[in-house]
Amino acid sequence: MANENQSVSLQEKMEKNIWLLLIILALSLSVGGLVEIVPLFTIKSTMEHNAAPELIWQRQPGQTLNDHKPGDGMRPYTALELAGRDIYQREGCYTCHSQMVRPFRDEKERYGHYSLASESMYDHPFQWGSKRTGPDFARLGGKYSDDWHRKHLRAPRSVVPESVMPNYPWLKDNSVEGKDMARRFSVMQLMGVPYTAEDIASANAELAGKTEEDAMVAYLQVLGTMAKLDENKVYRE
Amino acid sequence: MDAAAEQKYNFDVVRWFTVMATVYLVVGALVGVIIAAQLAWPIVNLDIPYITFGRLRPLHTNAVIFAFGGCALMATSYYSVQRTCGVRLWSDKLAWFVFLGWNLIIVSAVVTLPLGLTSAKEYSELEWPIDLLIAVVWLAYSFNFIMTLATRKSSHIYVSNWFFLGMMVMITYLHVVNSLAIPVDLFKSYSLFSGVQDAMVQWWWGHNAVGFYLTAGFLGIMYYFVPKQAGRPVYSYRLSVIHFWALMFGYVWLGAHHLQYTALPDWTGSLGAAVSLAMIIPSWGGAVNGMMTLSGAWDKLRTDYVLRFMIMSLAFYAMSTFEGPVMSLKTVNALSHYTDWTVGHVHSGALGWVAMVAIGAIYHLMKHTFHTEMWSQKLINAHFWTATIGAVIYVVAMWVSGIMQGLMWRAYDEYGTLAYTFAESVEAMHPYYAMRTVGGAIFLLGAVLMLVNVLMTVKKAAGEGSLQQARTAAASA
Repeated sequence: MANENQSVSLQEKMEKNIWLLLIILALSLSVGGLVEIVPLFTIKSTMEHNAAPELIWQRQPGQTLNDHKPGDGMRPYTALELAGRDIYQREGCYTCHSQMVRPFRDEKERYGHYSLASESMYDHPFQWGSKRTGPDFARLGGKYSDDWHRKHLRAPRSVVPESVMPNYPWLKDNSVEGKDMARRFSVMQLMGVPYTAEDIASANAELAGKTEEDAMVAYLQVLGTMAKLDENKVYRE
Repeated sequence: MDAAAEQKYNFDVVRWFTVMATVYLVVGALVGVIIAAQLAWPIVNLDIPYITFGRLRPLHTNAVIFAFGGCALMATSYYSVQRTCGVRLWSDKLAWFVFLGWNLIIVSAVVTLPLGLTSAKEYSELEWPIDLLIAVVWLAYSFNFIMTLATRKSSHIYVSNWFFLGMMVMITYLHVVNSLAIPVDLFKSYSLFSGVQDAMVQWWWGHNAVGFYLTAGFLGIMYYFVPKQAGRPVYSYRLSVIHFWALMFGYVWLGAHHLQYTALPDWTGSLGAAVSLAMIIPSWGGAVNGMMTLSGAWDKLRTDYVLRFMIMSLAFYAMSTFEGPVMSLKTVNALSHYTDWTVGHVHSGALGWVAMVAIGAIYHLMKHTFHTEMWSQKLINAHFWTATIGAVIYVVAMWVSGIMQGLMWRAYDEYGTLAYTFAESVEAMHPYYAMRTVGGAIFLLGAVLMLVNVLMTVKKAAGEGSLQQARTAAASA
């Protein structure tokens, strides 16, 4: 805290000179953010795939997103999944559900392996959340059937009587056809998400005949299934 | 004296911000009570997309922070900067632009958030066109404030203005960086950052919206309005210098404590937690400075209901700035994170500190800018008790439910398996969610009493012609 240790005269000067006060304030206020944020972009160990490249899908030329098998590694979302993710955000699901499993025994048993930074590297924005009014979703994919999810989305208390989640009956009635997913892919690509020209070209066709509920289920079912984590490997110190 | 001040300073814009702050307090608290009820009784969602919890919760946070908090900050900062500098606002036109612009932003939020138009980043959900408008209006607000300081008649810049300035600079940084996004269309954008970097940027924003907007800004309010209302000078100048710079430099680092045990590297979270602990000292420095301003005048608390709000707010401030660092400790955070404890902590700060100090300042402003006593002193007293009781019920309910959630999630039975399903923990929360709704409703009742009192005072001022007199009286003083 450089400033407070200075002689009283600097304080005196600042109290008499608004521009000096502004400059010193602007400098003091920038330090914390710079120290905590900038290294996250530069330090390699922040992203686990730098040490464990198998976390990322090694896509061969000509392969489409649909050629990816669960466990092959992190990949960009398909058009249907991304449409579902957009609906997830629209409905504010992140206000009650986290997507970030912490490295504790109880969380491992309840949800699965702790989450890695590399697992949300294509998530613009991140959806880690801050509150678990409902359970964590980081490893939700594959735990329930599509059919269960549909019932649950339409009327949560029909399958979980204790639930306080709102009903989302409109998702099954709303079509996602006509959403410009190609444009959304392009924006993602611009920010470094590895979509190919072919992905973008075929994006909109993938939504043919699909409802918002289809998209939401596709998104929920892919969560945590892309990369296969090794129980015995230490990904983070 | 009042007439002289009325004619010398721009109180018009202050009056509008003051009344609108009261309106938005009612609106924000009302939405809060609705979403609290939705968690206790999910049928309250009514199967209507626009009013489901997930869409109303961002509306609640935006309404209380930016609509109520923003109008309260703008009213108080524009009032106190004129009084402490001895000059009129630098530009009346710019001040009105800020008033209209800020309210346009609030209306846009009320329309877009229920429609599900959101960038999905907590406390900064508004989509990019509104974000741009926020940046423009915020800079206009700050520029007018800074230029007023630059043209001041007093030799020194008074302490309340330091805090407002710190807020203005930091919120500019935070808003610009955290809102960086690439638009898909007019109503949709994707955050420029992803994953862990996005998380850190978001909580750097999230915690400093609390640290600078809701703390530094409201300390600015405290430093002007508590001494004014008490009729005594600030307790210690030296303390205010030290705690100001410690707060400015240190608070920025705290965001990382929201991401303990996540995929954020350990060094960042630990750094955030370490600085969080150190922040107890400057935070309590502020609380002590505010409370001790009353030393020798404690008897005023018996008769001055407005002062009661201010002192209660400092008590809550001291309490929640102790609780915050405790919650940032790794062992405590492991239990408290993701639970209602966080919600309780936020509300002890928001209802107890932010709302109460602002409410005190608003009553003070009503009297001094409408040039008349409040319509009813009894209603102020009733408001004080409803606000206090409501806040305490709310916070206690969330402490119990939060700690219970955390303990249930990690509980094991004698066979070494998890003792409770998640659904069982949800069911156990019901009584506390109901209790929270009641606490919130009591707080809301107080806000409604305040709105009635404020509107009746406006009517009374018009009836008495007190404002008219102040405007036209010969400015001899």
